[in-house]
Amino acid sequence: MTGEALFPHRHLLGIEPLGREDLVTILDLADQMAKISERAIKRVPTLRGKTVINMFMEASTRTRTSFEIAGKRLSADVINFSSSGSSTEKGETLLDTAKNLMAMHPDVIVMRSNASGAASFIARNVGAAVVNAGDGMHEHPTQALLDAATIRKHKGRIEGLTVAILGDIAHSRVARSNVLALGKLGARVRLAGPRTLLPLGLEGLGPGPVEVFDRVEPAIEGADVVMVLRLQKERMSAGLIPNTREYSRYFGLNAARLALAKPDAIVMHPGPINRGVELDPGLADGARSVILDQVSMGVAVRMAVLYLLAGPSPSEDHPS
Amino acid sequence: MKGKARKARDAGLVERRTLLDERGVGDALARMAGEILARQSDPRALVLVGVRTGGVPLAQRLQKLVAARTEHAPALGVLDITLYRDDVFVGLPRPEVGPTELPGTLEGQVVVLVDDVLFTGRTTRAALVELMDYGRPRQVQLAVLVDRGWRELPIAPDYVGLAVETTREQTVRVHLRETGAPADRVVLLEQGP
Repeated sequence: MTGEALFPHRHLLGIEPLGREDLVTILDLADQMAKISERAIKRVPTLRGKTVINMFMEASTRTRTSFEIAGKRLSADVINFSSSGSSTEKGETLLDTAKNLMAMHPDVIVMRSNASGAASFIARNVGAAVVNAGDGMHEHPTQALLDAATIRKHKGRIEGLTVAILGDIAHSRVARSNVLALGKLGARVRLAGPRTLLPLGLEGLGPGPVEVFDRVEPAIEGADVVMVLRLQKERMSAGLIPNTREYSRYFGLNAARLALAKPDAIVMHPGPINRGVELDPGLADGARSVILDQVSMGVAVRMAVLYLLAGPSPSEDHPS
Repeated sequence: MKGKARKARDAGLVERRTLLDERGVGDALARMAGEILARQSDPRALVLVGVRTGGVPLAQRLQKLVAARTEHAPALGVLDITLYRDDVFVGLPRPEVGPTELPGTLEGQVVVLVDDVLFTGRTTRAALVELMDYGRPRQVQLAVLVDRGWRELPIAPDYVGLAVETTREQTVRVHLRETGAPADRVVLLEQGP
């Protein structure tokens, strides 16, 4: 048990710098952490005395809550710092904010921002471990990890599966992190959406095979997993799609389209759902939906990440 | 620690001697069951809690032995102390979390923690902390099959199957039929030449 560290990274800034082994380490650990959430007393003292700051410069109640619960189940002190009403609106720079937070000696900073690269910037300038909880159109690594954990839980494996990701690929850090994670774990990825939301060069995005379709049907055909992305309302005002009804008719997932997938295919969505736009309400609540499992696995994956980053690197052996 | 991890840790260790054979394990447990019962003012308030993984089959055996002497089988519980240990980052980087299952309330109960080997006392400390998270027993006692010394914390057992002198570097291993051993046996291992 001596020798190489379990997780040789100081930060979790994206899926890109991680190897397959790192992903498997996090997923295995998340399976263990999930068992703590099933107990009557859902808390272990592992991170007692550690401080986690949730620095959310972009609204996201569910991701912030998930990190908060994860930290608290490991007994860390979790402090939420949101941008609304905070000093960022008074013109403080990101660096000043980070330096002020560092003066409070956190062990981990969880960073959400609408600016791509914000988490990396903070990581370069503070002494704490940094977790990227979504940065602009770049990456959202814990979402991809919880998706992978959910797929593995339901399918028993990831290698060799076909995963279709439908929707706004262009603006989606969820899609980007998922393409990277699923590719490293050996899945075949298909991306589909309106041509205006499919940037060029997607085929080369992943480490594994990526196919791109401008219709959803061929992407869904024979898939083991159908992942539907949230359609942001801003895409309409930007003129990238005509309206939500037309989007739903041509690109939304409904029962007829899901029938093209494998009979045991599962339906996923990172939330929050626009019911009746990208996803039929019947499917969202249906037997093949694993959307609420994704939420549960989100807490477990974030517990695993905090555990790996908040503790000193495990190096010396110790008798029992 | 189990499976592959235990095999890896036992690599290079050779058997020094047998501390208890099948008969010895049986006798020790029978005597402990009697001592446990003798100290209970109300046997119905007794809860035997095995510390995972080594203490679980021992708690089950003690339950049967106690039940044979009274008309009432004591309640059984399982405690998994992974992630409760204070050396979680130095010794157990890849935790294997198991279930913790305790019967109903612990209020007013007498809990006997059951473990296979008592060594540094850190596992017992962690078990006590976790137990308190679940409630407030009237009393907590400790039963171990083997006490091998070398405590790092002020913890003492109430019921001991066998107390044995060891060196710090030696290892005590309990093999039980329940966990796939051909016969019950407690052995002392040490680093080979």
